[in-house]
Amino acid sequence: MTDQVSQESSTGAGAPSRRSVLGWGGAGLAIGAAAAGGTVAALGGGSDMAPAASAGAAVPFHGEHQSGIASAVQDRLHFAAFDVKTKNRDELVRLLKEWTAAARLMTAGLPVGDAYEGLPEAPPTDTGEALGLKPSRLTLTIGFGPGLFAKDRFGLEGKRPEALVDLEAFPGDNLDQARSGGDLCVQACADDPQVAVHAIRQLARIGFGKVAVRWSQLGFGKTSSTTPDAQTPRNMMGFKDGTRNVSGTDTAALDKHVWVGANDGSAWLTGGSYLVARRIRMHIETWDRTSLQEQEDVFGRDKGEGAPVGKSKERDEPFLKAMKPQAHVRLAHPDSNDGATILRRGYSFTDGTDGLGRLDAGLFFLAYQRDVRKGFIPIQRQLAKNDALNEYIQHVGSAVFAVPPGVRDKDDWWGRTLFA
Amino acid sequence: MRPARLTVLSAAAVVVALTAVTGCADKGDDSGSGAIKVNATDSGCEVSKTEFPAGKVSIEVENKGSKVTELYVLFPDDRIVAERENIGPGTKATITAEIKAGDYAFACKPGMKGDGIRTKVKATGQGSGEKRSPELDAAVASYRKYVVEQAEASLPTTKTFVDAVKAGDVEAAKKAYAPSRLGWERTEPVAESFGDIDPKVDVREDGLEAGQTWTGWHRLEKALWADNKIGDDEKKLADTLMTDVTEWHKKIGTAEITPTSMANGAKELLDEVATGKVTGEEERYSHTDLIDFKGNVEGAEKAYELLKPTAQKNDAELVKQLDTQFAALNTLLDKYRADKNGYEFTSYDKVGDAERKELSDGVNSLAEPLSKLAAAVAK
Repeated sequence: MTDQVSQESSTGAGAPSRRSVLGWGGAGLAIGAAAAGGTVAALGGGSDMAPAASAGAAVPFHGEHQSGIASAVQDRLHFAAFDVKTKNRDELVRLLKEWTAAARLMTAGLPVGDAYEGLPEAPPTDTGEALGLKPSRLTLTIGFGPGLFAKDRFGLEGKRPEALVDLEAFPGDNLDQARSGGDLCVQACADDPQVAVHAIRQLARIGFGKVAVRWSQLGFGKTSSTTPDAQTPRNMMGFKDGTRNVSGTDTAALDKHVWVGANDGSAWLTGGSYLVARRIRMHIETWDRTSLQEQEDVFGRDKGEGAPVGKSKERDEPFLKAMKPQAHVRLAHPDSNDGATILRRGYSFTDGTDGLGRLDAGLFFLAYQRDVRKGFIPIQRQLAKNDALNEYIQHVGSAVFAVPPGVRDKDDWWGRTLFA
Repeated sequence: MRPARLTVLSAAAVVVALTAVTGCADKGDDSGSGAIKVNATDSGCEVSKTEFPAGKVSIEVENKGSKVTELYVLFPDDRIVAERENIGPGTKATITAEIKAGDYAFACKPGMKGDGIRTKVKATGQGSGEKRSPELDAAVASYRKYVVEQAEASLPTTKTFVDAVKAGDVEAAKKAYAPSRLGWERTEPVAESFGDIDPKVDVREDGLEAGQTWTGWHRLEKALWADNKIGDDEKKLADTLMTDVTEWHKKIGTAEITPTSMANGAKELLDEVATGKVTGEEERYSHTDLIDFKGNVEGAEKAYELLKPTAQKNDAELVKQLDTQFAALNTLLDKYRADKNGYEFTSYDKVGDAERKELSDGVNSLAEPLSKLAAAVAK
């Protein structure tokens, strides 16, 4: 409810609606681009780490880091992984530039070209379903999968970061290859699901012939926040999730655990990050039949407040030894993993029901980190082996990506530091 | 088969039907003072005047040759304005037609074959200012010829199929089924512009309206593959199919085709692939989807090749993309046939999910730029 209230009261400055911008005059792509530049300038200047002010506003697209990582987590997700179809490096670069231009417009709340004022014989350039909607804090974040760096492909073999490892098979994994991997990914987050879906749809359309969607995932509820002052969201198991997540304003922690440093081995990735995506199916029905006591034991926190075992408040420092040895929170804690820390940005998903009448639901886990080998991998080794939660979950999809640094200005483009 | 869709093509077809009615041939005594006389021989087609006022026009044809002849009044893109068939040696016929101002051709066809012996004529008067591009007229005329040829070629292949069904020969009928559909699949958007034929020959069971009797290819497909038998009903339906395919052939020359409708038709053929063939819905019993798929792509490519000179001038980058993607999709399809010139494709139930995804990606890669062809031609 709070979100709705804030949304209604936030229609003021700096949040142009797609319709009002269209009205500015004829809005061809060129005019649109100029308008977008103006909007970004008007809104921007701020760091992308600062939480966006309100649900309807635009999040600056330009910055040192890509937005959609440390920036405040929006309510909705459409995540897409792509296979690159073209064998031509120049064509891939052209696509990345086109994508960047489109992302710049869409994150500012603008359509990508004409939606209804073009030639009657031609299909409209923008598909139109986001007209009249606010920017809705849309962020678009790109990542490059291991396949892109393969030998004899785009001449990037020597640029594959050491930390971009192929994830090992963890015990209990039941990965569907059709929902795993990908040469590229785009994470679209927004407070309005239609804005997020529109964004992926435009990019997929621009990409036809050069790239093809390999798989995509919708998420409807954030499960972690990067804004510790806000109420911690709950996952599909009913527990608060992400209480101790890395804060989007804690620059020291971000530099230590999330952003790739200049001396980390891959200069082109400086200011970037690594993303691990896991589709984690939950056995919802069996979980729901589990006693409250066992549920709380499994997590190591109480269900109401979210307080760690033996403590009374959610944000009290957890005392790990008070928890059961196989409690999820205990095993995932940095102290159980030599300090391994990741920034979680996952979403709940429900893709209807499966053929057996069970909810096809779970967590679409997204984690950003400075080095996969020191972040997700040690934590997941620990969890896959010992976590009490494993009885109720199964990892069914997996992907890993190197996430380039931010697009600096209107001349910059996604992947410049890698390809240029 | 696909659900009804309001296209330029189908809307235009209604107009054509009306034109055909007004352009009816009769032996009436309409041969007033303004009548145009045509002397048709086995090697000539002499027209008494090549300029005449627009409006109701009477044309008197006399066949002075030894072969049966026909007379056509054609638009510059070869669409038929009016026609008279079966004019026997030594006989006369009169055609009356409502002809608007503009350029036309009269064509005599001794022996009722070929493009005919042509004379350019002009109907003078108001409203003749319609801008026509000779290049695009030629493209449309060539495409019309292709469409007519496809319908013509479907007559013997359909007859082979129909004869096998009527003989109760299940195996022979199965063999002849997909080849009989190829011409239809190549030219489906034009064929479908005659709204009444498509639901008779190409409807699937799930596409039937309440009260509609299921006829056509797919009804027989189900009998042959799912039921594996031919009964009296099927034999009757085979006759009906032959009648309907013949009707399609008869009407096809009057279809209104424009450069834009050709381009959109090409895109629609890819839509057919995307919604019906890639999913395996079109040929759910026979699994001959890839043959239809190839036919659709061939038809789209034909229209594209004819429009290419114009598109090249307006959008060279688009032409480059389309050349690449047509070649890529054809190469992909070739994986599913041993003889690269034949139409024996892998049965679609043997094509796995990953391969179907690859085919679907290929279709999307081509269909997206193809959707921009109409604008590149209309510029």
